[in-house]
Amino acid sequence: MSARIGVVTFPGSLDDGDAARGVRLAGGEAVRLWHADPDLHGVDAVILPGGFSYGDYLRGGAIARFAPVMESIAVAARDGLPVLGICNGFQILCEAHLLPGALTRNQHLHFRNRDQWLRVEAIQPVWTNAFTDSQEVLIPVKHGEGRYVADQRTLEELEANGQVVARYIQGNPNGSLNDIAAISNAAGNVVGIMPHPEHAVEALTGPSIDGLGFFTSVLKHLAGAGAQA
Amino acid sequence: MTELTGNVLQQEEAPSVNVDEFDGGPDTVQRATATPQELQPYAELGLKDDEYERIREILGRRPTQSELAMYSIMWSEHCSYKSSKVHLRQFGEKAPPSDRLLAGIGENAGVIQVTDDLAVTFKVESHNHPSYVEPYQGAATGVGGIVRDILAMGARPVAVMDPLRFGAADHEDTARVLPGVVAGIGGYGNSLGLPNIGGEVVFDPCYQGNPLVNALCVGVLPVDRLQNKAAAGVGNIVVLMGAKTGRDGIGGVSVLASATFDDESQQRRPSVQVGDPFMEKLLIEACLELYDAKLVVGIQDLGGAGLTCALTETAAAAGTGMTVALDRVPLREPSMAPHEILASESQERMLLIVEPTQLDAVLAIAEKWGVIATAIGEVTPPGPDGLPGRLTIDWRGHTVVDVPPGSLADDGPVYARPIREPADRILLQADRAETLTRPSTPEALRETLLRMVASPNLCDKSWVTEQYDRYVLGNTVLAQPEDSGVIRIDEHSGLGVALSVDGNGRFARLDPYQGAKLALAEAYRNVAVTGARPLAVTNCLNFGSPEDPSVMWQFAEAVRGLADGCAELGIPVTGGNVSFYNQTGAAAIHPTPVVGVLGVLDDVSQRVPMGFPKPANPEGDIIFLLGETRVELSGSEWAWVTHEHLGGVPPRVDLPRERTLATVLAEAARVGHLSAAHDLSDGGLAQGLVEACLRNGVGARIALPEEHTAGSMPFAYLFSESASRALVSVPHGQEKAFTALCTEHGLPWTALGVTDQNAGVLDIRDQFTIGLDELREAYTSTLPKLFGGDA
Repeated sequence: MSARIGVVTFPGSLDDGDAARGVRLAGGEAVRLWHADPDLHGVDAVILPGGFSYGDYLRGGAIARFAPVMESIAVAARDGLPVLGICNGFQILCEAHLLPGALTRNQHLHFRNRDQWLRVEAIQPVWTNAFTDSQEVLIPVKHGEGRYVADQRTLEELEANGQVVARYIQGNPNGSLNDIAAISNAAGNVVGIMPHPEHAVEALTGPSIDGLGFFTSVLKHLAGAGAQA
Repeated sequence: MTELTGNVLQQEEAPSVNVDEFDGGPDTVQRATATPQELQPYAELGLKDDEYERIREILGRRPTQSELAMYSIMWSEHCSYKSSKVHLRQFGEKAPPSDRLLAGIGENAGVIQVTDDLAVTFKVESHNHPSYVEPYQGAATGVGGIVRDILAMGARPVAVMDPLRFGAADHEDTARVLPGVVAGIGGYGNSLGLPNIGGEVVFDPCYQGNPLVNALCVGVLPVDRLQNKAAAGVGNIVVLMGAKTGRDGIGGVSVLASATFDDESQQRRPSVQVGDPFMEKLLIEACLELYDAKLVVGIQDLGGAGLTCALTETAAAAGTGMTVALDRVPLREPSMAPHEILASESQERMLLIVEPTQLDAVLAIAEKWGVIATAIGEVTPPGPDGLPGRLTIDWRGHTVVDVPPGSLADDGPVYARPIREPADRILLQADRAETLTRPSTPEALRETLLRMVASPNLCDKSWVTEQYDRYVLGNTVLAQPEDSGVIRIDEHSGLGVALSVDGNGRFARLDPYQGAKLALAEAYRNVAVTGARPLAVTNCLNFGSPEDPSVMWQFAEAVRGLADGCAELGIPVTGGNVSFYNQTGAAAIHPTPVVGVLGVLDDVSQRVPMGFPKPANPEGDIIFLLGETRVELSGSEWAWVTHEHLGGVPPRVDLPRERTLATVLAEAARVGHLSAAHDLSDGGLAQGLVEACLRNGVGARIALPEEHTAGSMPFAYLFSESASRALVSVPHGQEKAFTALCTEHGLPWTALGVTDQNAGVLDIRDQFTIGLDELREAYTSTLPKLFGGDA
């Protein structure tokens, strides 16, 4: 039986269908979760998709962190549930303090959608085990508030602990500190990524199929965990 | 200034009436009957004397304040099409018969059946005036409005496109308008989760003060989910769903869209609506859930003319009556008067007609999505003798409106405006660009190429398009800068649609009849180069004041050209929009018919992209030019950029040739002959080559045909804007089969050279060689320099 990956829909989520497609193409079963329902329906992992949850008029993710589903996810994440936050999902994870730092307005002040090269810097067991060390991947970015910032000590810790999962190369699209594109928590089960792996899963519609690696990684991880249990 | 105020409504001396009876209350039907002589500010609201007289005849009394507001809006140019109607009829009359058209002109958007089960709907609309006054919100709500039109047909909106036209690129006001417009389109469309897959960015001084911000949306629906706007079924409930109603946008269509700009335009900012894309996203999801649960009898979006338009059109479409309790409309500002509620253009609202037994289910779905939905009225029977019913609107216990809805929605004034060929036409056409000095040495040609690719209309538009999300929904197969946007609409079969939207105001200025045909031909060709089969047409007709006979002549000629062109190409116009009064003082914009063409690809994996690919074969692919190149420089980008010249006659239009070209391209795409195909239009072959090379960083080695190698002939071959041409690349080994296909269809072809991945240059033999890096630098640096550097 394939692993069941929950994809949360908040009002204003936009890439929820795309994230579910990514799960399916990787061979998993996508389970749609609703923001107002705290029940996680027994999923094996959760993806918080891109979009503008609740309109994001205050600050990206600032309202979504209080959603009933997020309370369940926060508890489960601390117990080791794999959680991937993409774009708005990354913002929500920071607002929920499941990841350190914050995502602020792009330095050039514009929304920017372009195909972006990244270097996968942490081959960690949950979300990036399908990549090779320092693999360069092409994945779209599209956001107005994607500039990762944190205080100096946090940045040093992230770097020292191998929590910088991916870094922008060949140009930084938003002014992120240390060119950070994706980070994980210390345990490694929670990852936030600003670019959109779910938009690089089919040669027909994406600039590459490099994004598929994030989805296959978690499935492989879960299959391994199942075997051990 | 245009609001109805107590002062304006002061009574004339009419001693026979007891005015105290009505003191302080609203202007009711009863009061209007009792005070026939009261002066009304109809002229300030844009109504002519005879139009006002007709309203009095229809009602048999003076209109109430609310009714007057409603007539002034619905009979405005924007809503009634009173100047354009007599011409637009040709679209229906000349259209080729089609059994695929499920809904056509007059509906919110045309609907075309593409398989037994699936249909697509698309339409382009203008939001020009609001976008000049307040660029961000004007452009944002333009997107919101067209999306609701598509939603109202029962479709899920799946993509948007934006044809944009601004004043001179280096004019200081362009630096105010363009960034705001682009941010507004991005801010709204991105938040809605709709990929932006194409459009245009054009600069010309004629649009200074009158930028054109057109917005196109395409949607997909199962055939059996098609909705209509008729308020059918006596006793059914009228539900208003979406945002609360506020004072924003009052009089937008009558004030902004139906009059010429003057110095006071800056003070009209309150007439621009403010958008809330989050609310619209919820509205989309709620509507789609309602459709799928079959809970909706009729539906209409609220756009220009707000509640007035939605109530009168839904009732008129069914021939029923309707009674509405205006106090039930949720308001942002409780102090709003009835005429303000009726005229408000607050965004993100839909009007639903639902059966009484379904009302609770409808309200529950709205609540699930966090959208306010309120029963505000009821469908009432038609009159005795089969006459249509009446629309009555009550407010705080008083009847403030009692009208035949058809008199507002359908029976507005119709004008056959005077038409006169512009006096300067002969002189303009005699002043041909073919007589201008042309570059005739290799050095001059090289310099011209670099200058042209860096010019604002030909340069890279990433500065704009990177602000739009082109990926969301995961079905974008091609997006800008490709010739067409291509969207997969069925993940299992690979079925998809291709869309392009094009216009050329300079060609239309030189000859509006041919200019309209050229715009149609270009959009048709842009769809065809992807391998898609063109099926249907939408249009946005942007013109100056219809009260100017020479503008009206341009309009009549353009409509005639477009209708004739569609008949020749065998594809119908399915809907569109007219935007008049795009002029400041006496200076009108170039007549600018913008034409959208939609085509179908049975399998999007066969789509042909515009860029030369990195070839599998190290010898490179073979490059062909399809069609014929004549010396046609009048109205061209080159004439404008290098000589600021506009004169002569536009390139020859050959629509049978366009059809042949489309047939060959579709067939060649289907059997896999084409590795790339690119439309040739603005900037000619030179621009086409540069774009095809830079797309994937693959160079090309070109040899011009023998007869085009002497004197200024290389220039003419490279920069002429002859229509009905395309640039294609064909993998080695397939060239014989491909040229045989062309010959079989009588399509002229010319072998130009080969692609060259390794050299990194565009080489024109015996003329010049330019490195792709140098070309890219010239091509990409213009807009960042003008509107703010790359960070």
